[in-house]
Amino acid sequence: MAAESGSRLAERLDAMYEFDREPVSDRHLYGFRSFLAMYAGEHVAGTEFVIGPLFVVHGVTAGDLFLGLLIGNLLAVLSWAFVCAPIAVRSRLTLYWQLRKICGPYLTYLYSVVNALMFCFLAGAMIAVAATAVGLPFNMPMPALSDRLPTSFTWGIVVFLVGAVVTALAILGFEKISRFARICVPWMFLVFVAAAIAVLPQLGVHSWGDFWSVANSKIWTGVVAPGQTKFTLWHVIFFSWFCNLAMHIGMSDLTILRYAKKWQYGFASAAGVYLGHFVAWISSGILCAAALGNVAPGPIAYLGAGVAGAICVILAGWTTANPTLYRAGLAFQVATPDWKRWKVTLATGLATTVAALFPALVMKLLDFVALYGLILMPMGAVIFSDFWLLPKLGLERDAAEKWSGLFSFPAFVAWVGSVGVSFLLPVEIFFKALPAWFIAVAAYVVLSYAFQRGRVVSREVAR
Amino acid sequence: MKALLKVLSVAGLTLTIVPSFFVFSGAITWERHATLMVVGMILWFASAPFWMKREGPQ
Repeated sequence: MAAESGSRLAERLDAMYEFDREPVSDRHLYGFRSFLAMYAGEHVAGTEFVIGPLFVVHGVTAGDLFLGLLIGNLLAVLSWAFVCAPIAVRSRLTLYWQLRKICGPYLTYLYSVVNALMFCFLAGAMIAVAATAVGLPFNMPMPALSDRLPTSFTWGIVVFLVGAVVTALAILGFEKISRFARICVPWMFLVFVAAAIAVLPQLGVHSWGDFWSVANSKIWTGVVAPGQTKFTLWHVIFFSWFCNLAMHIGMSDLTILRYAKKWQYGFASAAGVYLGHFVAWISSGILCAAALGNVAPGPIAYLGAGVAGAICVILAGWTTANPTLYRAGLAFQVATPDWKRWKVTLATGLATTVAALFPALVMKLLDFVALYGLILMPMGAVIFSDFWLLPKLGLERDAAEKWSGLFSFPAFVAWVGSVGVSFLLPVEIFFKALPAWFIAVAAYVVLSYAFQRGRVVSREVAR
Repeated sequence: MKALLKVLSVAGLTLTIVPSFFVFSGAITWERHATLMVVGMILWFASAPFWMKREGPQ
């Protein structure tokens, strides 16, 4: 009975991803420019309005910020190019099918649900970001840096309305919104830059020669806002490296890079990180300083770009929340096959909107982004080990596929164990992912060795 | 037609970014810059969806 229901779950899960079950054929590969455009679009998003200001309030100095972002983003690009892309162009499978072969359907499903939960919180943060702009004409009191709970009745109403619209649009369709999101990107990026340039005179920058001294004395002063922790160069490096941890070292972008003609296309990620995670973060940090430390995205964008800035925040929040909500609904639908897609998306949107009511989601976004990457990354370590290390040790790749396994114990222990151990380490959350990767690799290799050797021995005994 | 739409899109992006440099140099007021950005936004969204192709890996 259990085996029968397990196989039904596996069938439902596989059916959802049936479309991309086969490796990408040579005819469907894309050139380098497509990847440049894709990455540039992906990393100019609603989150950028929040992350830049949070660096300011965490007391980063100007030198640490610029150097840290240059190094951290370079490490992120190298991770895409040397960790994710080489496997993507060899296997040409989505993350789902790659995991399915290694971990079996049950563990892959568990990973999908955890991923979906993380997506819900991220979408919630983006609904809250959009709400800070929608509330502007209503003189809504904006949540402050220290706020964790809903701050006013108006905040609750505005968040609910934004959540309802985002959910309704996610129900109506994904493709058109995804296309609209791409159209928004060039304009959104220029709004970031224009808003920052327009407020520079308010900060005392009247020629480009003034910039660096004002950057040190009025923007990234190194002074920590009350209740915040101090960020150093190391925080900036590790945050900018790991803010997309799930995508590069965590291997989510196998799904994208499997379309690349060469593994070197992983370097196209530079277009995304240096526009979105360098220029846009610096721009939003400047806006935060001009707003005297206010971190609410709506007001700071309005301060720099007026109505266009406020609309930019709404669109940035919406276009980030929408596909996120859609993907979360997709993952949850496997658990509720009798529910129609709209019902699952509605329920997911409702839960996401409730989460968005809590400003903690925005004000602690740096911690959440780090946690998101840390939780999903170990499965990337499992894929890396399975692909490169197991064959070198004379072990079989893709164990679940080979032996029709439903749940890979070595992968599960590597995942949960590495995250668990990393939480015991006496370092801040931004630094836990690096040791966790090595723990996950070691655990997966050792356990795979033990399991596969055990299987060989028991087979020989049976003979 | 497509060429005209592209010209309008470029004009929209130009009106989004260029006025901020004029604010920086003191040539125009912040209010004028904000108004021009709205005009730029309208031009961009009224033209770009009709020529920007959806291509690339998803």
